[in-house]
Amino acid sequence: MQPTDPRTLLTLRDLHKEFDISGGLLNQLSFARGKLRRNRATVKAINGVSLDIVPGEALCLVGESGCGKTTVGRTIMGLLSPTRGTVHYQHRRIDHLRRAARLPYRKKMQMIFQNPYASLNPRKSVAKTLLEPAEFHFPEISAAARRQKVAEVMQAVGVEAAWGTRFPHEFSGGQRQRISIARALMVDPEFIVADEPVSALDVSIQAQVLNLLKQAAEERGLTYLFITHDLSVVEHFGTRVAVMYLGRICELGTCREVFSSPRHPYTRALLSAIPKVGRGSSRHSVHHKPNLKLKGEVPTPIHLPSGCVFHARCAHATDICTARIPPLQTTASGVQVACHAVAQQRI
Amino acid sequence: MIVERANKLRDMAPLLSVNNLEVVFPLRSGAVSAIRDVSFELAKGERLGIVGESGAGKSVTAFAILNLLSKPGYLAGGSVRFAGNNLATLNEESLRRIRGNQISMIFQDPMMTLNPVLTIGAQMSESLRAHRAISRRQARRIALEKLQAVQIPSAETRLAQYPHELSGGMRQRVVIAIALLSDPQIIIADEPTTALDVTIQAEILQLLLRLCNDFAVGLILITHDLGVVSAVTQRILVMYAGRIVERGRTEEVIRRPLHPYTQGLLAALPEQTLPGQRLQQIPGSMPSLQEIPAGCSFHPRCQYAQAICSQASPELSAKGARAAACHFPLNPAR
Ligand SMILES: Nc1ncnc2c1ncn2[C@@H]1O[C@H](COP(=O)(O)OP(=O)(O)OP(=O)(O)O)[C@@H](O)[C@H]1O
Ligand SMILES: Nc1ncnc2c1ncn2[C@@H]1O[C@H](COP(=O)(O)OP(=O)(O)OP(=O)(O)O)[C@@H](O)[C@H]1O
Ligand code: SF4
Ligand SMILES: [Mg+2]
Ligand SMILES: [Mg+2]
Repeated sequence: MQPTDPRTLLTLRDLHKEFDISGGLLNQLSFARGKLRRNRATVKAINGVSLDIVPGEALCLVGESGCGKTTVGRTIMGLLSPTRGTVHYQHRRIDHLRRAARLPYRKKMQMIFQNPYASLNPRKSVAKTLLEPAEFHFPEISAAARRQKVAEVMQAVGVEAAWGTRFPHEFSGGQRQRISIARALMVDPEFIVADEPVSALDVSIQAQVLNLLKQAAEERGLTYLFITHDLSVVEHFGTRVAVMYLGRICELGTCREVFSSPRHPYTRALLSAIPKVGRGSSRHSVHHKPNLKLKGEVPTPIHLPSGCVFHARCAHATDICTARIPPLQTTASGVQVACHAVAQQRI
Repeated sequence: MIVERANKLRDMAPLLSVNNLEVVFPLRSGAVSAIRDVSFELAKGERLGIVGESGAGKSVTAFAILNLLSKPGYLAGGSVRFAGNNLATLNEESLRRIRGNQISMIFQDPMMTLNPVLTIGAQMSESLRAHRAISRRQARRIALEKLQAVQIPSAETRLAQYPHELSGGMRQRVVIAIALLSDPQIIIADEPTTALDVTIQAEILQLLLRLCNDFAVGLILITHDLGVVSAVTQRILVMYAGRIVERGRTEEVIRRPLHPYTQGLLAALPEQTLPGQRLQQIPGSMPSLQEIPAGCSFHPRCQYAQAICSQASPELSAKGARAAACHFPLNPAR
């Protein structure tokens, strides 16, 4: 299937990713009613995700912990291969490429990893961590120019020049996160998958980094898939937002529309749960509770519910919701929603 | 009578008392102190928040309390009183009995707690059986219970999985579950919910609140998220460049900050700005440990600074619930 918009930079079509978690053969075997059985278990991390990302946008991916956000990011970057479905970059299919064929995309596409502790090499000094990608991708420019570039990027993300000689374990959590952002920016990428890039940062540095990323988008048309659970960041930084639940997209639209009138019951629950600093008297509550509490068991991608993956926790669920998967449908406001109740105009 | 009074006194004595802690890291370019003069107390059942910019010294403070500094860093001064002991001078053997048992720490980096080559179930049962004589079956049951308490779906299956097979937020919740295994008296939680979405974050915060209320657990919650501290804690310490610059009841600090730095932190919250606009930032950045300015360490960034601010270091008064280390505090109490 071709994307509808010719400008599309990145296209995901019906992406699926399953992980086999049955363990070794011995763990899989069980003996019941006189029969030897082999049990296989899979985690269905992504279950049919389709998306078009256009240049210069910041598409935010939000959703509960474990809903598959990082897996989408890693699959786009080619760190995982999809079980089913495709990834196209500038209209070329990239999900099945071998290492060598993938190389040109390593400069165009960068990922900022979720865990700043695990993603930096503990044996490399900060200067080395930042210089190496530049040496690899810009062999033509002089060493002095490369060092200049490292200095610029470091300054931009609030990494001090004096830190260059130090090693990752000598930094605080937020400092490490900034170093990994700097590393992604070093090679002038076109597209960045940013997985919770500011979650370890306090508000003032968060503001500085978000402003910087935004500026890069405006000046150079840098495009983002921005994974975060912080909805106030989405509201600020995002152009569009995709809300994910158990490996499927349940709502997709401009941030303005989705935030001002969320349609999907899950999006509504999510938006009502944002803790705010209580400066106005009513918002301050020591016993913070989400207004719209989700009911029921936390569902799991190991036993995927039938029909709408959200039905067990949804106040609006009817029979059709347990029977049929709701497709993403465009509503009057242009937002896409995958919900039977919305399609039937019940909510 | 006397016994009764002694009991009462003991109940009132703080659970933990931290006095003038100082931590030094000898770097190649010379020794730096990452925290100085850090003092505070924590009562039974009390919920204390530590906030401040990245690099302010929050995690180092937590490590110092448990005497867990990574070499070559060391405690250059101060004491940490807990249950009649000074943790700063206690031997390693006794410290090990306290850590992960009476005082649990939820590390900012989940992999400080998690062993990548052991399944979640194996590490939980190992950690339980290190401090208590219980059977494997019992250990498994308790582990399962705690995983469910932190909202891990399919907890049974997860027991058999390895850390790398979990999502970022699940890993963080497993670490919280491990910290709860021993029914500790104090929980030090270093950014425990950064990787969690709001709905699960709310559940975890509720869980921590319940532990404090029902079992008088003392909580030290380290976070840069002012929304979280304001929802959970009763008192806050604000740290800047290794020092406590403001303390007070949470509500008061947030409604009427005394220190210009605290005011700046509050102004930078995304919700203080209209969507799409540039976020407000405190001008400049926190000085590196090698070049902490003379006088008030915040003065180069402070819009209220006067001549004295670059000369004399403002002290944080040792007494009183509410204090700020500033020559010209805002909103002073009338
Ligand atoms: N290598 C793996 N092996 C087995 N299961 C995995 C693996 N990687 C991810 N999973 C599973 O896939 C599901 C989705 O994980 P993913 O990391 O994509 O979640 P996420 O949305 O990024 O969550 P979080 O917000 O907590 O980071 C989880 O159930 C997780 O346990
Ligand atoms: N092992 C170490 N060697 C040298 N310096 C260190 C070491 N550990 C921490 N530091 C420095 O001490 C300062 C305080 O670090 P700390 O980890 O306490 O910050 P933090 O307040 O927890 O910040 P964050 O919110 O980013 O986690 C930082 O400037 C950091 O670079
Ligand atoms: S002491 Fe001076 S420089 Fe420091 S915060 Fe107060 S007014 Fe600003
Ligand atoms: Mg993730
Ligand atoms: Mg820290």
